[in-house]
Amino acid sequence: MTTEAKNDKTVVLDQDGHLANREDWNEELAQELAYHENIGELTDRHWEVINYIRDEFDKKGDAPSIRKLTKESGVSTKELYKLFPKGPAKKAAKVAGLPKPKGCI
Amino acid sequence: MIESNRGVAMKRIVILGAGTAGTMMLNKLRKALDPKEWKLTIVDKEEDHYYQPGFLFIPFGIYDREDVIKPKNKFFPKGTEVIYSPIDRIDADQNIVYLQSEQTLNYDYLIIATGTEICPDEIEGMKDKLWHKSIFDFYTVEGAVALAEFLKDWEGGKMVLNIAEMPIKCPVAPLEFVFLADDYFKKKGIRDKVDITMVTPLDAAFTKPVAAKSLGGFLDEKGINLVTEFNIGRVDNEQKKIVSWDEREVDFDLLVAIPTNMGSKAIERSGLGDELNFIPTDKHTLQSEAHENIFVIGDATNLPSSKAGSVAHFESDILFENLMSAINGNPLEASFDGHANCFIESGGGKGLLIDFNYEVEPLPGKFPIPGIGPFSLLKETRMNHLGKVGFKWLYWNALIKGRELPLESKMSMTGKEIPEVKEQETKTLHLNHH
Repeated sequence: MTTEAKNDKTVVLDQDGHLANREDWNEELAQELAYHENIGELTDRHWEVINYIRDEFDKKGDAPSIRKLTKESGVSTKELYKLFPKGPAKKAAKVAGLPKPKGCI
Repeated sequence: MIESNRGVAMKRIVILGAGTAGTMMLNKLRKALDPKEWKLTIVDKEEDHYYQPGFLFIPFGIYDREDVIKPKNKFFPKGTEVIYSPIDRIDADQNIVYLQSEQTLNYDYLIIATGTEICPDEIEGMKDKLWHKSIFDFYTVEGAVALAEFLKDWEGGKMVLNIAEMPIKCPVAPLEFVFLADDYFKKKGIRDKVDITMVTPLDAAFTKPVAAKSLGGFLDEKGINLVTEFNIGRVDNEQKKIVSWDEREVDFDLLVAIPTNMGSKAIERSGLGDELNFIPTDKHTLQSEAHENIFVIGDATNLPSSKAGSVAHFESDILFENLMSAINGNPLEASFDGHANCFIESGGGKGLLIDFNYEVEPLPGKFPIPGIGPFSLLKETRMNHLGKVGFKWLYWNALIKGRELPLESKMSMTGKEIPEVKEQETKTLHLNHH
């Protein structure tokens, strides 16, 4: 692990490109991660999703599926893809500082 | 409780669902419990038992309807009550099951084995005018037979196999389907006229990395295209294409669909299921998370294991032990490890075998079966194909009758080659660069 410039903020990611240490996460970092994922400025709707999946992760130990997300968070699948383009389950987990969803087998 | 004719208070176990899991449990319990003390009741909406692993072979004319259907009552032991009726709902707080036949069943213990079904209605445009015309499923007998009819006269074009969302029953079946299709079109002499594409919401050919790599290799070898991370949003019946939520499109002439799999609607009506009507179940004891006197087995559970007959079989040993413990007032000590064991048809009379559990993904090596011999894991062999074919006999004659098979319910590491564990690679992300 290298940290280059002194005044450059760095954070460690796991092999899937998700935050390696959950303790590193804060709301500011979430916004930084969102920029990195080309999601842009986080809105209240983004935050509803992020807070919901962080809650679910604390309860269940895994981020929810898209189906569970849309059923319980009140955000439709269509909107979810607008908020977190190209794979909202994975993208939202990234921004929320959670590991790649295990999904199902 | 029910009064028996001798005035002794009789207890009752109700089993909902007489598929693979429910029938196995009934046979095990009838042998173990005194019929004077325990009344056993099993409920199912259908009188036919389906050998579901055989559905895969129907589209290619290898099996027909007769190969996969037998009357359910052939497999029920004597001294059990059998009721054919759809279930209306379960009142788990009152220990009552309401049937659509207006009957009500009181129980001391309930085993839910209501399985999973395909729900094409969950996808916009799927069950529209092309359904069973250019779009077929092979998870029902009707779908598989209709697809066989279609394929008989088909002269070629774009065949797309789509998995709508996970989890699905038998996660290897889609791969087996495209492998067998490749073989089928080759034998028909039209392989060069058929473009085969598998479209999956997963990021690889299979859920588990080691197996995904070798199975993905087979796709390459056979010239089968793979589209990953595709979450189907709708089917365009006019232009014959499937469209993902992020607006990617795949054209088809023939769509082989594996629609959303969901648990029984009766589970939804009972308020016992999750967002897919699967029942939250303790992944080790198989007891319902919400009710102590309810146990759940097979596809009906929400366990992070495969939805497959072998899993139901291994679970049946554990559930039996734990239910007996519960009846005797003992702690539930038997623990399910997520064991699954699946033969994978790879075409050309060959097959693969995978064996895994919650912790250990499918690995290469050998799988010993006492009295039969070692099978090769994750490797294409004739023996594995014969194992798959031979399994049908075993299923009808031993497995669902609850007889002992030379297969341990717990997964064993014997014969498995353990890959080198690579250290997690991490990388450093520099922020402030936007």
